[in-house]
Amino acid sequence: MGWGLKLELKGITKRFGSLVANDHIDLLVQPGQVHSLLGENGAGKSTLMNVLYGLYEPSEGQILVDDKPVTFDGPGDAMAAGIGMVHQHFMLVPVFTVAENVALGNEATKAGGMLNLDDTRARIREISDQYGFEVDPDAVIEDLPVGVQQRVEIIKALLRDAEVLILDEPTAVLTPKETDELLGIMGQLKADGKAIVFISHKLREVKAVSDIITVIRRGKVVGDAPASASTTELAEMMVGRAVSLTLNKEAAQPGEETFTVSDLTVLSPTGQRVVDGISFGIARGEIMAVAGVQGNGQTELTEAILGLQDHVSGSIRLEGRELVGKRVKDIIGAGVGFVPEDRSVEGLVGTFSVAENLILNRYDRPPFARGLAMKPGLIAKNAEQYIAEFDVRTQSAEAAAGTLSGGNQQKVVMARELSRPLKLFIASQPTRGVDVGSIEFLHKRIVAERDVGTPVLIVSTELDEVLELADRIAVLYQGRLMGIVPAGTSRGELGLMMAGMNAEEAQAQQAQAEAQQTDVEGGEE
Amino acid sequence: MSADEPGRQTRKRHERGSKSAVDGDEQRLVAAAELGDGTQPPPAVPATGESLHPELREQQSVMQRIVTGNALVSVLAVVLALIAGGILIALTNEEVARTSSYFFARPQDMLGAAWTAASEAYIALFQGSVFNSDGSTFARMIYPLTQTLTVATPLICAALGVALAFRAGLFNIGAQGQIIIGATLAAWVGFSWHLPVGLHLLLVILAGIVGGALWGGLVGLLKAKTGAHEVIVSIMLNYVAINLVLYLLTIPAFQRPGSTNPISPQLDETAMYPPLFGDTFRLHWGFIVAILATFFAWWLLNRSTIGFELRAVGSNPHAARTAGISVTKGYVIVMVLAGALAGLAGTAQVAGTEQVLTAGVAASFGFDAITVALLGRSTPWGTFAAGVLFGAFRAGGVTMQTNTGTAIDIVLVVQSLIVLFIAAPPLVRTIFRLPEPGQLTAKPRKTASTGGAA
Ligand SMILES: Nc1ncnc2c1ncn2[C@@H]1O[C@H](COP(=O)(O)OP(=O)(O)OP(=O)(O)O)[C@@H](O)[C@H]1O
Ligand SMILES: [Mg+2]
Repeated sequence: MGWGLKLELKGITKRFGSLVANDHIDLLVQPGQVHSLLGENGAGKSTLMNVLYGLYEPSEGQILVDDKPVTFDGPGDAMAAGIGMVHQHFMLVPVFTVAENVALGNEATKAGGMLNLDDTRARIREISDQYGFEVDPDAVIEDLPVGVQQRVEIIKALLRDAEVLILDEPTAVLTPKETDELLGIMGQLKADGKAIVFISHKLREVKAVSDIITVIRRGKVVGDAPASASTTELAEMMVGRAVSLTLNKEAAQPGEETFTVSDLTVLSPTGQRVVDGISFGIARGEIMAVAGVQGNGQTELTEAILGLQDHVSGSIRLEGRELVGKRVKDIIGAGVGFVPEDRSVEGLVGTFSVAENLILNRYDRPPFARGLAMKPGLIAKNAEQYIAEFDVRTQSAEAAAGTLSGGNQQKVVMARELSRPLKLFIASQPTRGVDVGSIEFLHKRIVAERDVGTPVLIVSTELDEVLELADRIAVLYQGRLMGIVPAGTSRGELGLMMAGMNAEEAQAQQAQAEAQQTDVEGGEE
Repeated sequence: MSADEPGRQTRKRHERGSKSAVDGDEQRLVAAAELGDGTQPPPAVPATGESLHPELREQQSVMQRIVTGNALVSVLAVVLALIAGGILIALTNEEVARTSSYFFARPQDMLGAAWTAASEAYIALFQGSVFNSDGSTFARMIYPLTQTLTVATPLICAALGVALAFRAGLFNIGAQGQIIIGATLAAWVGFSWHLPVGLHLLLVILAGIVGGALWGGLVGLLKAKTGAHEVIVSIMLNYVAINLVLYLLTIPAFQRPGSTNPISPQLDETAMYPPLFGDTFRLHWGFIVAILATFFAWWLLNRSTIGFELRAVGSNPHAARTAGISVTKGYVIVMVLAGALAGLAGTAQVAGTEQVLTAGVAASFGFDAITVALLGRSTPWGTFAAGVLFGAFRAGGVTMQTNTGTAIDIVLVVQSLIVLFIAAPPLVRTIFRLPEPGQLTAKPRKTASTGGAA
């Protein structure tokens, strides 16, 4: 493989109707560098990458590969020019093996038209060894964790000789461990002369891997920053104002415990106990955060509360009323606000306007409807208010929600759920894909909800977020509750609990480990 | 925990991961697929596990795109189909065949003959469906238009039903059966009850609605309760309906006194739609009912809570369920409504055009309705316009055949080509060099929320 590819964007402008998503963007991507793009939600990062990958045709401007102007008629052209992209929405066939997926669209055949996967297998092993991917060519995709699937996508791009790799928010769906592994892989690719364009809202990651950071605001390049820039500097550059990265919340003033879950068990459609005999309570004015590696029953727990799960036993009580067995509509009506973990699947109807999405679960209630007739005027007014309050960047309230940037879609869901009086607020991944400025705002809103006396249940795979928001932290492992610990608990102790240790054991082991640590340090002195 | 637990968990995670089009990127991916990049496989379809049909979303997006496509694509599809039809007319014309034997000597002869054949056929089609300039009186001149509207009446009603179901994500192939059952019930009330003017017609209309609604509702109920696929169920119910009416026409209660022919007695005068413009024209008040039905469907879809639910269920059942909308209830409701509208079509046939019940009462309206709904992009007023167009094809096709000898089958070919072009928007887009969908959707999506306002 030759040493890299120089990629240059000159004056790229992309318009959607009257909206300018990219406004004369210049970008120089050098081989052997990780080039990060940073910007608010809706700044135009994904749009720019889609232009670069041939998915969108630029309205103006030029793409230069090794100083030669090129035009891409589709991703095929971009790939041929050495540009690969890993979508967040993986393009893999779940029932195929890794090798089959990698070969797909590029199949080599033996005499007689038989598929020849041996070469592909060999090359996958080669690449896998070279970068330490640890991917088995014969594993079936659906059995692999998300992080490994992502690596398969990267292998696919590399096998097609990609010299530039575009990664658009690759870490949003990864566990912290998977994230670390990915960052390691990026380092190796870069050492090998590949260029990587990396997008993330997590400033810590960006600082850890970047060689250069380009900040985009409202479609324009604001400037470049070195990786050594501080998080506060970066945040300020992005948003255009000072952002406080830590939440200053008052201590909780827990009131009466109005929400209780006792002995809750949820069975999956195949009969497994995905939530296994959980009991806890949340008081008014208190935030309980659930930590744990994704897939340990958090989703099912929140869905069971909203009535979305079918096989539920035990009891869920809100202000004395039993919720188990009630219809979703009634539970929403009882004042439960719910932010689902996957906004585009469960949270929004992409073809509906932003205004319609803002009333998605209140469309048949006054003031938005009287009898069967809906009130378009009031719906529009409601939309105007919350678009302004939550700073949703959209062309208009009538724009289809599916055209909004990822973070702005999240804001629409949060706005909808926080815009009515609640008796319980549940949010899974409340700030996934949201920029730092908006995280600050959303966190404040969640705390404000707590302070008016609503019990709040937060599920997040971001330990930072859990530590930031929680008054108490519950840890789930394989559907069981490992314990509920106070807000100040150390990361190490939480980590042990997430790996399946109960609270007391974890505390003991952590204390021991710390003691040893001080011993060693003491010994060195 | 069982040994395969980790596997399950990762699978679950994978599903979430693969479905999370976190950037609303679905549209872009669709754009990618449409841009025809052969190296990309289709988006992964999640394997198992979601409480709701997991494959629904992917399927849905493709179907939704076809049934709620762009208005421009609809218009261009008609244009293309007409051009292709014109070429076919020319190819089958005798004069063209004769002049083609010396094509290389005098190509203009053949091209001229081809042009004449195609244009004469289409002029005849126009004269037979809109305005006959050869007519002796004004009434005769506009008679074709009233014929078009008469044929369009049942088409529009039935197609509205199909369109509503499309919007809720259901493929209602059962309009044919729903028309038949609606017509049967309406006819029976029409000829066996004897009631005063006004009341009788009202009950006939109601009977048609109830008959269709029952037949449609059955499909919805079966889908909601057992998960049976609506396409299969509605096709089967079409057979049941046609055989049921065939049987009914063999029993005395449905036959004319003293006759064993499979034809019902004529409906009472009081049971029939009065003519709209006097006895010279066949156009009847059923057309006004069709206009009202279109307005009703528009209001229902875009201004009522029921329509909100149906559209939500149709475009993202997962989000609908999370918002407290019952997906299964939505299926039942929309199929009842779809059936009711098809029942109105049946009523228009027996109480308007045909005035008796025969086994052929539904003609092929139930199937043409699918095309009409597609062409109308599943919006009520679009469907109305498409229904009128198809009415014109049918009414004018006859004149075309008698005046120019062009086979009426050409009309069928044109109709079929329209479906083909609509189902293949990328083709139309390439032919006319339309921009990619990403750019089209960039306009504020007024159409999505105000539907048939066009
Ligand atoms: N297909 C489209 N049609 C119309 N507008 C679009 C489309 N795609 C993106 N936009 C608009 O372009 C702007 C930029 O969106 P983009 O997705 O590039 O933002 P982003 O920087 O990736 O944001 P985020 O951090 O939230 O992912 C947004 O205002 C968005 O609404
Ligand atoms: Mg983005």
